[in-house]
Amino acid sequence: MEAYLVFFLTLAGIYAVLALALNLQWGLTGLFNFGISGFFAVGAYTAAILTTNPSPNHLGGFGLPFLVGAGAAMVAAGILAFAIGLVTIRLRTDYLAIATIGIAEIVRLVFMNEAWIGYGVRGIPGIPRPFSPDPVVFLGVVAVLLLLVFLALERLRRSPWGRVLRAIRENETASLAAGKNVLRFRLEAFVLGSMFMGLAGSLYAHFVGFISPEAFDPLYGTFLIWVMLIAGGSGNNKGALLGAFAIWVVWSGSEFLTGMLPPGLSTQASAVRILLIGLLLQVILLWRPEGLLKEERPALEKTRKK
Amino acid sequence: MYLADFLQLLVYGVISGSILALGAIGVSLIFGILRFAHFAHGDLMTVGAFCALAAVTGLGLPVIAAIPFAILGAVVVAVGIDQTIYRRLRRTAPVILLISSFGMAMALRAVIQIIWGTQDRVYQSGIQLPYRIGDIVLQPAHVWILAGTALLVAAVHLFLQKTSLGKAMRAMSDNMDLARVTGINAERVIIWTWVMGAGLAAVAGVFLAMDTRLHPTMGWHMMLPIFAAAILGGIGKPYGAILGGLIIGVAQELSTLWLSPAYKPAVAFAIMVFMLIVRPQGLLGGRR
Repeated sequence: MEAYLVFFLTLAGIYAVLALALNLQWGLTGLFNFGISGFFAVGAYTAAILTTNPSPNHLGGFGLPFLVGAGAAMVAAGILAFAIGLVTIRLRTDYLAIATIGIAEIVRLVFMNEAWIGYGVRGIPGIPRPFSPDPVVFLGVVAVLLLLVFLALERLRRSPWGRVLRAIRENETASLAAGKNVLRFRLEAFVLGSMFMGLAGSLYAHFVGFISPEAFDPLYGTFLIWVMLIAGGSGNNKGALLGAFAIWVVWSGSEFLTGMLPPGLSTQASAVRILLIGLLLQVILLWRPEGLLKEERPALEKTRKK
Repeated sequence: MYLADFLQLLVYGVISGSILALGAIGVSLIFGILRFAHFAHGDLMTVGAFCALAAVTGLGLPVIAAIPFAILGAVVVAVGIDQTIYRRLRRTAPVILLISSFGMAMALRAVIQIIWGTQDRVYQSGIQLPYRIGDIVLQPAHVWILAGTALLVAAVHLFLQKTSLGKAMRAMSDNMDLARVTGINAERVIIWTWVMGAGLAAVAGVFLAMDTRLHPTMGWHMMLPIFAAAILGGIGKPYGAILGGLIIGVAQELSTLWLSPAYKPAVAFAIMVFMLIVRPQGLLGGRR
């Protein structure tokens, strides 16, 4: 039971990093990213290649420390985001949604077909955990990094930079008229958010210890993170945290329930869970679009009252 | 490279391009009129394909005769979703439609998986004798796909050019405000856009299943090339979508001369990105 709790909390923490990253992109800036799994996978593979011991089967490994791998994972995901953002960020955000789906699919295809990078579908095994193989220690690492990401994003949200992002989301033309370089702010938010997704990918790789392209089905992960953010409250970092944990409880709990179905129905069970989460998303969008926690509005209203 | 191989790939490209075109017409019109990229369109194709399967196995119909059931199923699903969910979101927050349709894609796929499971299926098993024209091989299913697409494209053309509904659809897709002030009933046009988009998607789904096989994810995997086709042709331009579909289809097949076939989606993606850089309004000058 305790082992399951550690497992549960570690994955919840990784999902929370992803939900926070998506909150920066969608919640604050209004940018669609349906390709979260692509940035996540690039981060995971980068970390895996840099931190594993040398192997003839895949690129590297280079046996580098955990933090080097995590940093490189952020850089790699950021470069990918920069490239795709450069092309699509000036267009309607629908194009970004389409392009990110494409990127996620192509990332998966590359890792599947270019066996020299990550040994194709056989994947990369033996990714070490930092400091100690004990999962409790790793949970601590995830918790510390989650806290750092949360504090950083909370600080950014309150900063002038964060205010510009929200201004762009609310009224692009007005921000432009105020002399803000809208495209640049958008691109920065998109790249930074994707870097955190890369970080989450590296955490996942170290936690599971083995990665293969099948772990990055472009859909379920991306979809779940969207539901987490929408349910928790987009625009609100605390909401993203709350949503990540709440939906992860619902998701894992539903696995518990469908686990009681007869074994022949197991493939159906995962579909039932997806259907339930999909319907939950529609219900939230229709009846409580602001999510559990509303976005905190800046001090504007307070100054007005004075 | 031999000329015969090239011609054969060209024919395959036109066949898969036909399927893409039928899907892209709906995506393009919905994007043009409702102003959002409809991510559940591929899954409407899947719904159509499986409705046809139900008619084939349940009523013993040949697959071509099952196509009306496919259209009916997909149209009922699409209009039902639009009236219960999308319509309300349209009024409050249009940009949310993108997320909603993404969730709907997952839900539709889950329903199909619950009913039919995840194994590959075909409408009819057994080998069909191909036709040979010179060095080019053509399956009977391919002839149906080509003929069916030609027929549907002609029907779409007549509908858009000759009927007042079709003209209203083009007008709304070109300029929503201008169309509204001329007294077009927007809600009515929107419903008929769904009917047409979902109907064509259903046929595309059946054709795709005839060409390959049935699987709950079959439609979703077409989303990227379909979006690429719609963007290439120009958003809101049905004729552009047809052109875009054929170009993407041919490019994907011809790319297998140099690249692994696994990278077909990457070819569609590359064309789309190139187009977004040099001409985001598409070949026929659609909306951005």
